[in-house]
Amino acid sequence: MNNFEPVIGLEIHIELSTKSKMFCQCSSDYFGKEPNSHVCPVCLGLPGALPVPNKKAIEYLIKIARALNCKINKTSKFDRKHYFYPDLPKGYQISQYDEPISVNGKVYIGKDKQIRITRVHMEEDTGKLIHTGNKTLIDFNRSGVPLVEIVTEPDFSNSDDVKIFLEDLQTTIRYLNVSDADMEKGSMRLEPNISIKKKNGKMADYKVEIKNINSFKFVKKAIDYEIKRQIELLKKGITPKQETRGFDEKLQKTYTQRIKEQAHDYRYFPEPDIPPMVFSKDYLNSIFSDIPELPNKRIERYIKDFKIKYTDAYILTRNKIMSDYFERALEKVIKSLTNDKKTQNIEQSIANFIINKKIPISLSLEEFTNRAIKLLSPKETDINLLNNVIKDVIKNNEKVVFDYKKGKQNAIMFLVGQVMKNIKGKAEAKVVLSELKKELG
Amino acid sequence: MNLIGKSLLDIKNLISSKKISSSEVYDYFLKRIKKYNPKLNAFLSFKNKPDITKSIDNALLGIPLGVKDNFCTLSSQKEKTTAASLVLDNHYSYYESTVTRRLKDNGGIVIGKTNMDAWAHGSSTETSDYGSTKNPWDMKRVPGGSSGGSAAAVSSYIVPATIGSDTGGSIRNPSSWCGVIGLKPSYGRVSRYGVIAMGSSFDCPGTLTMSVEDSAYLLKIIAGKDKYDATTSYEKVPDYYSNLNSKKKYVIGISDEYFKDVDNEVKEKIINALKIFEKQGHKIKKIKLISPKLAVSIYTILQRAEVSSNLARYDGVRYGNNRTYFGDEAKRRIMFGSYTLSYGYYDAYYKKAQKARTLIIEDFKKAFSEVDLIISPTTPTTALKLGEFKKYPFFGEIMDILNEPASVAGIPAINIPVGLDSKGLPIGLQIIGKSYDEQSILNLAYMFEKETDFFGVIKKGIKKYE
Repeated sequence: MNNFEPVIGLEIHIELSTKSKMFCQCSSDYFGKEPNSHVCPVCLGLPGALPVPNKKAIEYLIKIARALNCKINKTSKFDRKHYFYPDLPKGYQISQYDEPISVNGKVYIGKDKQIRITRVHMEEDTGKLIHTGNKTLIDFNRSGVPLVEIVTEPDFSNSDDVKIFLEDLQTTIRYLNVSDADMEKGSMRLEPNISIKKKNGKMADYKVEIKNINSFKFVKKAIDYEIKRQIELLKKGITPKQETRGFDEKLQKTYTQRIKEQAHDYRYFPEPDIPPMVFSKDYLNSIFSDIPELPNKRIERYIKDFKIKYTDAYILTRNKIMSDYFERALEKVIKSLTNDKKTQNIEQSIANFIINKKIPISLSLEEFTNRAIKLLSPKETDINLLNNVIKDVIKNNEKVVFDYKKGKQNAIMFLVGQVMKNIKGKAEAKVVLSELKKELG
Repeated sequence: MNLIGKSLLDIKNLISSKKISSSEVYDYFLKRIKKYNPKLNAFLSFKNKPDITKSIDNALLGIPLGVKDNFCTLSSQKEKTTAASLVLDNHYSYYESTVTRRLKDNGGIVIGKTNMDAWAHGSSTETSDYGSTKNPWDMKRVPGGSSGGSAAAVSSYIVPATIGSDTGGSIRNPSSWCGVIGLKPSYGRVSRYGVIAMGSSFDCPGTLTMSVEDSAYLLKIIAGKDKYDATTSYEKVPDYYSNLNSKKKYVIGISDEYFKDVDNEVKEKIINALKIFEKQGHKIKKIKLISPKLAVSIYTILQRAEVSSNLARYDGVRYGNNRTYFGDEAKRRIMFGSYTLSYGYYDAYYKKAQKARTLIIEDFKKAFSEVDLIISPTTPTTALKLGEFKKYPFFGEIMDILNEPASVAGIPAINIPVGLDSKGLPIGLQIIGKSYDEQSILNLAYMFEKETDFFGVIKKGIKKYE
């Protein structure tokens, strides 16, 4: 591993949750539906049928592209990408070749690792083959569902970063409310391409693409397996083959699917059935203004305005519903609290309640607020009971008391914990501490 | 009632004044189809009874029409849509093209589907997998193509008007050779939805009729924005028929480039016609235009590329018959088009042709800043004999040389018959107009029709079938 460096790029497909398909008015909600019940001449590719692009889908794509800090081109067009496969009814897929809607984006994973986005373009999904015995059936419900393709530069060097990137991407897509981005359902699909180069060396002249990965867990496993496999080959002096490999979940291994020595000739040419698209500034601005605050901005705001820890802000913002709930609950709690109780970091406390599931967010805001206020209020402390407990604790922890008296300041925190435990939380930690100090002199 | 030679609008008037019923009209033409079609082979299929329709308007009062077999049609009876290819020998469309939908909504009845070159590849109908259509003027000759069945059907009066499609002359060429009026509207004026695609960036559905009025009348019905075709225009559809104007004076451009390699007899008749236009007070102006040969090169490359893509869906998985059912011409075009789109050749062919296409568009724009309309012969010769096409590997391109420039530019053009040659075959004149200015084309054609009664040419043709 030491001499080798993995080079990983990603191709991600996101199926948009628009009402209708990309080029016709059929419902795009195909999941679990009766086969071939959401079809029409257009998505069946019947003779004479013509595609009419779905404006909403293009707006959704522009939102994704913007969220990935891409440049949105002023003009763009669709192209035909030709190949023969039974699930592709026209003999070509309508996609974008040399003038995609957006290019040159970048995002950060963690705080400062930058991943460049090559392009984000629009295309249509294919039908689905169903193999039964020695027959193959075709379900065209998925045919023509809007698909966004996101391509990254080969900027990843390990599977952990890939996983973080994908989880962040999924979160962003869900914030934008343009897709459920569910890997198991196939509405988010991932094809990593992997090669290994020598440290400080040139890029490899091969690359291996992995398909059929349907969970984040397996993304990591597949990439790790592949890195190991390629390095082992290279150590033996063998250059891995340029190929497409599948991932076997049971065996947790990748396997050869298709060797492709040369680039496929898709005979791209501009789709004559769809006029080129022109995006005016006003139009783009109206789409941008519809983009909600995205998770990364939220994290920044939580840290800056609420003084919440980065990790907590990160966890809170992974789910927009949770994050929105947090903000509304916080507002309500602050309003209901009397001034004298506003001394502590209420924001961090509310965040903790939610993250530690102390108060379920399935509750109404009313109920949440009531419970939060109870938890935030200083406890009425029974001083007699407290003193008895303190005495017991001191008696049972002579060693710790000795340490403390010898000057080990931290030791007292252990005693506080013991007291809190024995009194079953019926005292404020602050009060416990001061009483303990009094008792220990 | 004997309807011989009655235009679509004549018949409409007879029906509305109750002189004849629409079912009598249907039976009249059905009888004629049954009598003449076995020899002419203009219809690939026809229906013994009219379809039951729910027309929302009665602009067409149940008048039967012929529709080229590359338009997808729905019928209450069984009706194939084959594009004259055996690949689609068992193809029954389960949706309706926008053009036929609009005709039917306006009370038109599709009596049958007309013969054509398979997939609209050709200029003679000889590539039809169901046998060539014969030219009604001379059964040993071809009617032109690819809408040959549509032209021959009107010319022999076995139906009063037909619908065709024009990609690089496929309405104008057969109209010229069969002596009828054939209008190719601007690209995007009439929806292509449901028309089996040939060259998608060129395909224009249009009309073949016996009078200019009929063309104007039908165009209004079929033209206009269609939500199922993203390339149709929002440009308002004028009432072409009511606006027909016989007083306007036009500046007509002619270019020497469009008279080269044209048969002398054809040339003569066109020059004659120009004299008539001058007499009517129009001005003839010589203009320079890029040689149509260049348009042919551009057209050939782009159209073949689109064909190779459009025919990819007939891969044998669906539609019954597999790829071995493609005829030679389709195979040639698929190979040619795949080649020009291949990696490494795209820039040299497709991309270059696309750039050159803008030059042709600009060239016409420039011309139309000087003149209102452009006139040329429609075809360099009159109808050729059956089988003659085999002498020319690019037969279609040679016969369509004067049609393809307007197709490349996407601008409208019409064929009108202006006389007969010494063999008694019709000669066609082409009027080319500005984008979306079908009205001026129709106006000029209408004036010529009134002045010369060129309708006489058409009538002479029909007489053979009295």
